[in-house]
Formats: sequence, C-alpha cells, structure tokens
Amino acid sequence: MRARTLILGVCVLLLLLVPLLATWIGQTYYIDLVRRVMIFAIAAVSLNLILGYGGLVSFGHAAYLGVGGYSVGILAFYGIHNGWLQWGVAILASALVALAIGAISVRTRGIYFIMITLAFTQMLYYLGISVEEYGGDDGMRLKVKSQFSGLVDLADPVTFYYVVLVLLLSCMYFVHRLVGSRFGMVLRAAKSNEARSRAIGFSPYPYHLAAFVIAGAMCGLAGALLANHTAYIAPAFMDWTRSGEIMFMVILGGMATTPGPALGAFALLVVEDLLAGWTQHWQVILGPLLVLCVLFFKRGLAGLLPGSKDG
Amino acid sequence: MNWILLFEQALNGLQLGTTLFLMAAGLTLVFGIMNLVNLAHGSLYMIGAYLMVAAVQWTGSYPLSILLALLGTLAVGMLVEVIALRTLYERDHLDQVLATFGLILFFNELVAIIWGRTALFTALPPYLQGHIEIVPGSIFPLYRLVVIFVGLAVAAGLWYVVARTRLGMLVRAGASNRTMVAALGVNIRLLYTIVFGFGAALAGLAGLMAGPIYAVQPGMGELILIQVFVVIVIGGIGSIRGALVGALVVGMVDTMGRAFLKPLLGHFISPPAAEAAGPALASMLIYLLMAVVLALRPAGLFPAKSG
Repeated sequence: MRARTLILGVCVLLLLLVPLLATWIGQTYYIDLVRRVMIFAIAAVSLNLILGYGGLVSFGHAAYLGVGGYSVGILAFYGIHNGWLQWGVAILASALVALAIGAISVRTRGIYFIMITLAFTQMLYYLGISVEEYGGDDGMRLKVKSQFSGLVDLADPVTFYYVVLVLLLSCMYFVHRLVGSRFGMVLRAAKSNEARSRAIGFSPYPYHLAAFVIAGAMCGLAGALLANHTAYIAPAFMDWTRSGEIMFMVILGGMATTPGPALGAFALLVVEDLLAGWTQHWQVILGPLLVLCVLFFKRGLAGLLPGSKDG
Repeated sequence: MNWILLFEQALNGLQLGTTLFLMAAGLTLVFGIMNLVNLAHGSLYMIGAYLMVAAVQWTGSYPLSILLALLGTLAVGMLVEVIALRTLYERDHLDQVLATFGLILFFNELVAIIWGRTALFTALPPYLQGHIEIVPGSIFPLYRLVVIFVGLAVAAGLWYVVARTRLGMLVRAGASNRTMVAALGVNIRLLYTIVFGFGAALAGLAGLMAGPIYAVQPGMGELILIQVFVVIVIGGIGSIRGALVGALVVGMVDTMGRAFLKPLLGHFISPPAAEAAGPALASMLIYLLMAVVLALRPAGLFPAKSG
C-alpha cells in the first residue's frame, strides 16, 4: 500500500511540475495537452462512479459534456461572462438532464440501459445540430472565457492548468469519499448482488438515480471546462464516439479504483496524440488496440500498481 | 391536408422502416441467440454499401454485384465472428460494447483508407430508374418501391426460416438453452457463426440497397445503427416480430415527423417559432417515442421469452 501511495504521489507531483517543465523546454503545447487530458479525466472519474462502482453501463456520458459546454456557451452568447454563474448553471443543468434521463433509464438493466443512454445522448446531439441560433452543426465560438471576479484569470494557460488540476484532484477525492460512505456501500452492494441488497431493505433505484445525477453534474463541470479550454462549443462534444472514449478510459485505467479513470484518460489521450502525430489513419491502429485491451487487459492500469486488490 | 403528399410520405416511411428492419433483424437475432451486443453491425451495413459500389465499378452488372456484395459481407461477418467476437460471448455486455466499438473505429478508418472520405454515389441501372404512378397524381421512385418490396419479402422469408425450417428450429433452441442443444450433438459454434454471417448479410443487403438513396461514406453505419437501437428497444430485444413492428413504427414516425411536424406546429404556435422548433422536435421524435414506450413497457412491446 505504501509503494502505491508513493507512486501516486509522484504522479501528482509531476502534474504540478508540468507547466514549469513545459516552459523550461519551450514546448507550451504540453500544458495544453495535459490540461485537455485532465478535463477528460474529470469526465472519466464521474463515469467511474456509476460504471465502476454502480455497475451502470452508461454509453451516453458525453451528453453532460455537451450540456455543460452549451450552458457556458449560451450564457456567454447573451453576454453573461460571470464564471460562478456559468459553471453553476452548467452543473445544475447537467444534473437536471441526468435526472430526466436517469429517471427513465435507471429502471432498466443491462443491454437496455446501454442502448437507452446512447439513444438519449444522440437525441441531445441532434438537438444541438438543429438549433440554428447557437450555431447548429458548426457550433459556436466562446469569445470570452469565464470570468471569476478577477480572482483567477483563465486566459492565462498556466492559471487555467492549475484550476483544472485542483478540480480534478477534488473530484477524485470526492468520489473516493463518496464510495466509502454509507451511500457508496449501498451502491456497491447493489452492483455485486441486487437481490440481496433488496432483501436487507435497500431498493437500489434511488441510490442508482442519485449516483447517476451526481455523475452527470460532475461531467457537466468537465463540459464547462472543456468549453473554456477549446474556446468553442459544438454538437461534436456529444458525439457518441466521445461517450465510447470516456468509457474506454475508465476500463483502460481500471474500473472501481480511485486513480484508474485518470490513468486511463492519460494513457488513451497520449496514445491518441502520438498515433495522430504519426499517421492520419491512427484509428485503424487504435481500434484493434481497444479490442486487445478488452480481451486481455481486464484489470486496467490501476491493477498494475502495487498493493491493488483483486476484483 | 394534402392526401397525395401524405401517401407519398407514408411510402417513404415504409421504405425507411424496411431498411431499419433488415438491420434490426440481424442485430436482434445475434443478441437473442448469442447474447452479444454488436455495435459493429453498422460497420457491416457500411461494408455492404461499399462492396456494392466497388462491384458495380468492377463488373458493370447490377445483379452480379448484389450477389458479390452479399457474399462479401457474409464473409467479412463470419471472419469477424471467428477472429474477434467468438471470445466475447461469455463476457459481459460492457466488454462486448467496448470491443465492438474498437471494431467500428477500425472499419471506418479502413474504409477511409481504401475508398477515401468523400461520399460516393452509385448509379442505378436503367430498369430501376424512373418513377411510377401508383395513384393518380402521385409519382413515386421505382427504386424505393423495390426496396420496400425486398424488405417485406425478406421479412416473410425470415419468418419462414425461423418458424418452419430445421435451421430455424436449431436457432430457436439455441436461444433458449445453449448447453442443452450442444449436449444433443449440435455444433453450436458453427451454428453461431452461421447465424452471425446471416445477420451480417442482412445488414449488407440493407447497406447495398441504401447506397443509391443515401451517401456512401465512412461512419454511415453508425447513423443508422443508433436508430436501429431505438427500433429494437421499442420492439423488445431478441424478438424478430418486435423488430418488424418497431422498424415500421420508427420509420413511419421519423418520416412523418420530418415532413409534417413543422406545418402542424404552425397551427398552434407562431410560424417563426414553429420554423425553429419543428426540425429540432422532428429529429428528437423517435427518441421521445422510445422514452414513452419504455415508461409504459420497460421490456419493449414484444418481450422475448427467454431471459
């Protein structure tokens, strides 16, 4: 367990040093890359709460990236640049959308749940495309980044980097504490044996739904960050391949572990970045790589860390 | 209300419905029998369409190309089953979803490498071109009628094979108890490969017929795949009857929504508002329909008997 803590501590330290190192070697591109990775890591951490601990295979998690992103974009479109308000609305709107989708889909199980979450995300995707006012298919630019009453300036890449880092670590800590709480124990119990958890008096539905809403809200925050990161909001945020990628980050990193989703996000996006720099047809390599990972690498990256438990 | 327009749109809805059915039948068979969620089913549709385009360019003969494209998709389907999917039957749905997602990325990119990213269009042979007057005052493309006819014929044929032949009996038996069928001396692995190849060929048929109607391009499979998911969720996963009903309902609702929702809304809200809300609502209609069906019948309209 101590070796594990040490390795993870070194990882956090490295993340803290990225802006320094990148400026030192004159490659500020890496600040951008790692920031983007960390934003997706937040999305993956939120999905891990329902997928890893709750056993709800949601194939529509990109929806909340879109809802969060559009919340920021639409408020900015009407000249409201207050970041507290923008991000608050992003989180609230994502939570509400998750509540609506969850209320219907959480009642179903297995393959139905996968297809329904996918279909609802697709519905939001088409909604984004068909609303011409907000750019339709082309999306819209975010001309001014979220303003935090002069407290932090997101236009400065390094400041923004540390904001994302702090949020990522907070989200990971929050999920870690949540799954250790009574709520989290019921969630995990329902995953390992639903009939027994019912028998001792816990109906899983409200717990699943609450977890679904929390995950949606957290992913909405990631969406607000992503909109600020790319300075651009488009329906492509909600593309179903996005949902697949986030899901794959969780699996690659290791389901139901605290560091797993973040590790998975790093591994997937860095490999993508490397392959894309090498050939434009990188997906033809990434695809079979995914298949091989699923077939032979079930425990994920977190499973490689010393001191990890089985299962 | 313009009755001729309504009639034409109903035929368009029927045409979309039959295409959806060809896809849904294969997907629901594979799920019902092998318990496999195959996201790459859309890729087989795309492969069917591309093979058709290539075969027409190569042979110049339309009937021969259909045969080649069907056999090609069948072969690709069986190959994928033997290489990748066979090991997934025992895994959970999450693994199946991710692995077949990887296959989609692979096939989309492979197609882009071979044929490029720009959309291709196939020319129809002269005897399938032109329009036909079904009722006075209404002309309808002959090709779309052929698609409807083929789709309905396949539906009838599929019912016959599953309900009346020995192969169909094995398929139904395999769906309800795999171990028992294997114990009775049936080669279940071979049966699975055949069923998968058969589903692939149906998807290929849908794809090769869709080629001249929609654009043939990488990613075309996923556009229809998600609609097919809606179809089988509404119909009940694993049920062919459900797939047929679901496909026709979804095809009809989607087509009618796109054609009539905007003018219909114009009666209730201001025309500019209807102009904005109409298309948005029309593209969301089938998903809303799915939500309503699920709220009332969580296992779809025709739940399959086996768990």
